[in-house]
Amino acid sequence: MVTYILCLMLFCVGLYCVLRKRNLIKIIIGIGIMGYAVNLFIILAGYRAQSRAPIYANDQIVARMVDPLPQAMVMTSIVLELSVTLILIAIAIRIYEKYGTFDITKINKLKG
Amino acid sequence: MADLIQYLIIVPLAAAFLIPLFAKKARWLCQVLAQAGVLIITALSFAIALYVKDGLTLIYNVGRWPVPTGISLVVDSLSAFMLVISNFVMLVIVLYSNSYIKKYSDTWKHYSLLMMVVSGVNGVLVTGDIFNLYVFLEIASIAVYALFAFGLRKESFEAAFKYAVMSTVASTFVLLGIAVLYSYVSTLNMAGIASALTAKEQSGSVIKFVTVLFLMGFGLKAALVPFHSWLPDAYSESPATVPAISSGILIKVLGVYTLGRILFNVFGMQPAVSHILLALAVMSMVLGGIMAFGQTNVRRLLGYSSISQIGYIFLALGVGTKLALVGGLFHILNHSISKSLLFLNVGLVEDHPDMAKKPVNAFTALAGAMSICGVPPTGGFWSKLIIIIACIEAGHIALAFIAVVVSIFTIAYYFRALTPVLFSQGKAAEARPGAKGMPFSMGFAVILLAVISVASGVVLMPNAANALLTGAVNILIGGTGYASAAMGALR
Repeated sequence: MVTYILCLMLFCVGLYCVLRKRNLIKIIIGIGIMGYAVNLFIILAGYRAQSRAPIYANDQIVARMVDPLPQAMVMTSIVLELSVTLILIAIAIRIYEKYGTFDITKINKLKG
Repeated sequence: MADLIQYLIIVPLAAAFLIPLFAKKARWLCQVLAQAGVLIITALSFAIALYVKDGLTLIYNVGRWPVPTGISLVVDSLSAFMLVISNFVMLVIVLYSNSYIKKYSDTWKHYSLLMMVVSGVNGVLVTGDIFNLYVFLEIASIAVYALFAFGLRKESFEAAFKYAVMSTVASTFVLLGIAVLYSYVSTLNMAGIASALTAKEQSGSVIKFVTVLFLMGFGLKAALVPFHSWLPDAYSESPATVPAISSGILIKVLGVYTLGRILFNVFGMQPAVSHILLALAVMSMVLGGIMAFGQTNVRRLLGYSSISQIGYIFLALGVGTKLALVGGLFHILNHSISKSLLFLNVGLVEDHPDMAKKPVNAFTALAGAMSICGVPPTGGFWSKLIIIIACIEAGHIALAFIAVVVSIFTIAYYFRALTPVLFSQGKAAEARPGAKGMPFSMGFAVILLAVISVASGVVLMPNAANALLTGAVNILIGGTGYASAAMGALR
C-alpha cells in the first residue's frame, strides 16, 4: 500500500512541476516524472506477491510469476514518452532561438 | 475482407516511411506517394463501409494470435462511419495541399507527417484493444505537434509547445486510466473488458475513477470547454491544412469517437456520466459561441466555433436517445466537411488575396458557413434540428432552448466574420506579385467539399449511407452488446 501512495506522490510531484514551473525545461522534466510514475504504477499493477520474473527455461518450473503483460506495456510507453520528450525539447530549442528565453511568462505572443 | 483492415494502418505508415527516402531525389514522387496512399485507404474504407453497413463486425487478429493473447482489429458500423469521413476529408486535404504547400520549404516533411496522422487516426478507429488505442492516439498526436510548429514562426512554436504539453498530460491521464482498468479486469481487449465488467456485480468506484480520468484525457483531445484553451492558439499560426485536419478529423476521432466507444460500448452509459457530458456540452456550446464574438482573427473565430459545435455533438451523446445519436453522428459528418472547407478557404484567401471575392471562393465559404450555422437546405440544419428535437423528446426543454440560442449566435458571428471579407464594396486586394490564378486542385477541393456540405442531407434518406449511419447508431445504442458482437464474430 505504501508503494502505491509513494507512486501517487511521484505523479503529483510531476503534475505540480508541469503546472507551477515557469521554465520550459522544467515543464518537460515534470512531464517525464509523470510518465515515470505511471510506468511504475503499471509495473506495480502486474506484481504478484512472492513471485519471480516471467522467464521460462527448459529445466525450470515457474510456480508463481509476475504478470508479463504490464512489462510489455511499459516498454511501449517508455518509447512513446521518449519521442514526446524529443519533440518537446526540439520545440523548446526553437523557442529559445526565437524568443531568447525559456521563461513562459515572457513567451506570450498569443492572447485571447 | 477482414484481412484488408490491416492495410488501413500499413499503407499510410509505409507512405510516411517512403516519402523521406525519395525526398531528395524526386520531389514530385512525395506528392504522388501521399496522394496514392490516401486514395487507396479512402477506397478501402468505402469498401469496408459497404460491407459492414448491415451490422456485420469484421475482426482481424494481428499475427494470427487468438484474442486473449493477441491484439484484434475490430471494424463495425461505427468505426466504418468514422473511417469514411476521416479518410475522405484527408483525401481532399492532401489534394488541396499539392498546390498550397509549395510556398513552404521541405514539403516532404508535411506529407510524411500527414501520413503519420492518417495511420494514427485509422489505428484508433480500427483497434479493439485499449492499450493499442493509446499507442495510436500518441502516434497521431506526436505527428500533430510537429505539424502545428510547421509554420516556423514565433507564435507557431509557442502554440505547438502549449498543445504538446497539455496533450501529453492528457495522454498520461489516459494511460493511468488504462493501468487502473487493467489491474481491475486483467484484460486489455475492449470487448473482454466490457464482458468482464458485466460479469462483476458491483464495479462502482473504480469505474467512476477511470471514467473521470478518460473524460479529462479524451476531453482535452476533443477540446471540450475546461480543456479547450490550446485550440484557438494552435489554429492561428500554422499552414491552413493543419487546422483543417485537426478540426475536421482529430478532435472527432481522438476525442468524440474514443469517448463514445469507451463510455457507451465498454463501460455502458451511466446516468451520472451522461449528466457530466451534458454539463460539459452546454459549457462548450455557450462559451465557444461567446468567445467567438470577440475575435478579430478569422482562424481563432473558426477555432472557437469548432469548440461550440463539439458541444452540440456531446449534447447528443449526453442525451443518448436513438434520435439524438443519429443527430450527433450526422453532425460529426457535417462539421468535419464544412469546418475543413472553411479552413481551406482561409488558406486560399491568405495565399491569393485577390481570390477573396471571386465566386468560387465566396460561394464555397458561404456554403460551409451556412452548414455550420444551420441554414435550411444544408446538412448542418438537419443535424442540428434532429439534435434539438431529440432534446425536447427526452424532456430536456432547457437544453433545447440553449441549443437554439447558440445556433442564432453562430449565425451572428459568422455574418460578422464573412461579410467584410466576401461582400464589401471596397476594391479587391492586389494580387501578390507572381501569383497566378487559383490552382486547379485547390479550387476542385473546395468545390467538392462545398457540394457535399450543402447536399449531405441526402444521408437522411434511405440509401447506403443512411444504413451505415443507422448501423453506427445501433452500435452505440447497443451499449455493452458490443462485447458479444465482437466476441461472437471471433468464435
